[in-house]
Amino acid sequence: MPCRLAAARVRSTISGGNDPCYTPKMSVSRFVVTSRPLHLDDVVRAVGEGGGAPPATAGAVTSFLGLVRRENLGKRVLRLEYESYEPLAVKAFERIAAEALERWPAVRLAVHHRLGALEVGEASVAIAAASPHRAEAFSACRYAIERVKQIAPIWKHEFFEGGHVWIEGALADPDDSAAREDAYRRACA
Amino acid sequence: MRVTVRLFARLRDIAGAGELTRELPDGATARVLWDLLASEYAELGTYRDAVSAAVNAEYAKMNRRLADGDEVAFLPPVSGG
Repeated sequence: MPCRLAAARVRSTISGGNDPCYTPKMSVSRFVVTSRPLHLDDVVRAVGEGGGAPPATAGAVTSFLGLVRRENLGKRVLRLEYESYEPLAVKAFERIAAEALERWPAVRLAVHHRLGALEVGEASVAIAAASPHRAEAFSACRYAIERVKQIAPIWKHEFFEGGHVWIEGALADPDDSAAREDAYRRACA
Repeated sequence: MRVTVRLFARLRDIAGAGELTRELPDGATARVLWDLLASEYAELGTYRDAVSAAVNAEYAKMNRRLADGDEVAFLPPVSGG
């Protein structure tokens, strides 16, 4: 399996964090639910040691931004309202990062999820993955969003032209190994 | 014993409240609590096999035995991302 082979070849080589031009800002938490707008910069900085620059072992940082789409299932979306069981959501993100670390040693994840009312085009989730090599960073980033959708206690209430509906996806069971394997397959596709 | 219930998304809409307290017999499980709620709010019945639980902000199975003062959250199918 290519992902496993790649993980076995992990080496710490490239220094992304020692750039003298890099200006560290305030440190950023890796796992966050917030009603404030998301910024990709924040998750990229959050995968650094102590929430600063990316770790010196990192040769790649990949990122993912999930947006509120204008159309869903043929309906015109007006806005989404997200709610969460916040303490468990943060623990879910930590769990996902630990799972990723089992699969891809040296991968470091950050997951920030927005709550409250979001307009079309706004970011609902931001994820970054830092890794010595790009293959693991891409895979871990994809794995993280798949797992967020499977287990994070977060719900979207969709308001569309003519009505509104709670979107219901996966039964949140972190011990469901079939779901976890499915996320892994997608990550390595 | 007395426990706090947290409900989210459509479950909260059905019950009309995001937080409830209920008295339960000692040794009751999360499933017993769920069945009690489903007897009060019939529409919750449709979630019988589509709900998961958390106790004190940790994932838990429905057969988890509860203790006095626990916070029990019931989670409908999730849709983050």
